[in-house]
Amino acid sequence: MRELSLNILDVAHNSIAAGASLLEIVVEENSASCEMLIGIYDNGCGMSADEVQNVTDPFFTTRTTRRIGLGVPLFKQAAEMTGGAFRVESRKNAGTRITAQFKTDSVDFIPLGDICSTILMLITMNTNRDFLYRRIIDGREFALDTRELKDILGDVPLNEPEVAEWMRGFIEEQTQIISGGVK
Amino acid sequence: MKTLEELNAIREKAKATMTVREDNSDVIRVVVGMATCGIAAGARPVLNSFVEEVARRRLKNVTVTQTGCIGMCQYEPIVEVFEKGKEKVTYVKMTADKVARIVNEHLVNGNVVTEFAVGSFTK
Ligand SMILES: Nc1ncnc2c1ncn2[C@@H]1O[C@H](COP(=O)(O)OP(=O)(O)O)[C@@H](O)[C@H]1O
Repeated sequence: MRELSLNILDVAHNSIAAGASLLEIVVEENSASCEMLIGIYDNGCGMSADEVQNVTDPFFTTRTTRRIGLGVPLFKQAAEMTGGAFRVESRKNAGTRITAQFKTDSVDFIPLGDICSTILMLITMNTNRDFLYRRIIDGREFALDTRELKDILGDVPLNEPEVAEWMRGFIEEQTQIISGGVK
Repeated sequence: MKTLEELNAIREKAKATMTVREDNSDVIRVVVGMATCGIAAGARPVLNSFVEEVARRRLKNVTVTQTGCIGMCQYEPIVEVFEKGKEKVTYVKMTADKVARIVNEHLVNGNVVTEFAVGSFTK
């Protein structure tokens, strides 16, 4: 993948396939320690210990249409080749937590890319699920929680073009603020 | 600053203008393959462009959705167009640049853009 945000989009689809009603996506950067942490946490069907062990193996998938599942292994590789770490924790009928840690000063670090498009696509294509997106840069944080937005919007869906536009503006503006870009 | 109060205003406005989907008989479904292979090949901007173009032109009879692996990974990004009473059309090696033409010529005017469709790639 050319951007980590594409790995996030891909791996988050597993959470949706797992029937998750709530997905939390966390992207945390720390410039002093040159680290980035990406977390994808869901309350989907989860995996058994065996399945967890197999999920990072490119020849494992429970899908029957195609034998090879590459999503998780690619994400793992992207983290490990920077000297970072990768973890999958899961419990059957409870959920899954995928955590990838990157060393951003590594020559093999792939940029995060257009994370805003990834988050918006997940939200607008899956309006029946809830998403909590948390972005943290050097200790400054903002969050976008679709449960909060739905309370305000009532019957108006999150994929209504004006709502999507508002969310894009919100994410871009807040990201700039916590990066120290604008006051 | 984008505020939650703004969302309230958007809600009021949207409630007034939101049209109920027209009669399902003429609904066109655009389906973008978004499995690992599709995403890696560039499906995200393609899906984005379809959503934006359909919204911009206010095409109420078109829905844009995503699916998993369509099974021809070497032709990704792949987009399938389903329309009642017509054969499925498969667009391959899609890019965001091709989207406006497909929306205009195919979805609006009913003419398949054959140079982007699967037939012309497999021949
Ligand atoms: N969040 C999750 N919850 C439950 N099962 C998961 C999750 N992520 C991955 N899996 C399981 O691991 C398999 C492999 O995932 P992945 O490597 O992304 O390949 P693919 O999605 O292409 O099959 C999935 O098919 C699914 O059975």
